[in-house]
Amino acid sequence: MIQAFAFYLFTAIMLFSAVSVIFARNPVHSVLWLILAFFNAAGLMVLVGAEFIAMLLVIVYVGAVAVLFLFVVMMLDIDFSEMRAGFIKNAPLGLLIAVVLLVELGMGLGVWHAGALQLGVANGASATPESLSNTAAIGALLYTRYLFLFEAAGIILLVAMIGAIVLTHRQRSDTRGQNVGRQVARRPDEATVNVKPAVGQGVTL
Amino acid sequence: MIGIEHYVAVSAILFVLGVLGIFLNRKNVIVILMAIELILLSVNLNFVAFSAFLHDLVGQIFAMFVLTVAAGEAAIGLAILVIYFRGRGTIAVDDVNRMKG
Repeated sequence: MIQAFAFYLFTAIMLFSAVSVIFARNPVHSVLWLILAFFNAAGLMVLVGAEFIAMLLVIVYVGAVAVLFLFVVMMLDIDFSEMRAGFIKNAPLGLLIAVVLLVELGMGLGVWHAGALQLGVANGASATPESLSNTAAIGALLYTRYLFLFEAAGIILLVAMIGAIVLTHRQRSDTRGQNVGRQVARRPDEATVNVKPAVGQGVTL
Repeated sequence: MIGIEHYVAVSAILFVLGVLGIFLNRKNVIVILMAIELILLSVNLNFVAFSAFLHDLVGQIFAMFVLTVAAGEAAIGLAILVIYFRGRGTIAVDDVNRMKG
């Protein structure tokens, strides 16, 4: 009972905030609605007992990705009202495709409901152990059978990080930085000169 | 009682909302990227729901990899967005023709 109530609450808030992400006039509001949607999706995952993925969602998405979005939205100085020019023009096609997609997905669900489709049955090789918590079970599986995939995921993150840094890093030509090597290499005898000019003649530099 | 079909229906609706967001905000890359995040979220929700109801942990592990790729995609996408804005002063997708694609 309480589980059904929590499910419908999380679902309602998540779908409402997803709609708001799409329709918000200000992208900053979009990002904030996106964060709310992620929180409620994490709640839905907790309801089925997947605490680890739920926490990962909160930490990675809300803590990193959404904040990255927020930084970029606030850093770029963009006229967002001009961005919405094609909103009405694109609406019929978008709604049509969305309805068709939704009907197709609903038909799939209906076919399964009518009994024409069978869900696959797990072979038990990676079944959830009763004695372990969700996090411990995922760790036990991830660090043994899926170790190489896990490391590949690490490489993907490394490549993404290097790519983002390389893309956004720039050599600026309009600023003068400190060149430590030149400073240290500079000797007094080549930097200064000692002259003794005659009275009334001055020096040429 | 909440069954697998409830979760599948919710993630189907979320997926469709993400697709709709891409179509409605054709000009604004930032909202398009957010709509892609919504789509990936619905996929993750599906993975986790099936994993829980079939008592098989592989779905949750796959959801983790989806999360990894989504984070990398967001980072690269926003980096491209920043350098594009630096060069052009706008992020309207309609005007993207630098690579003559």
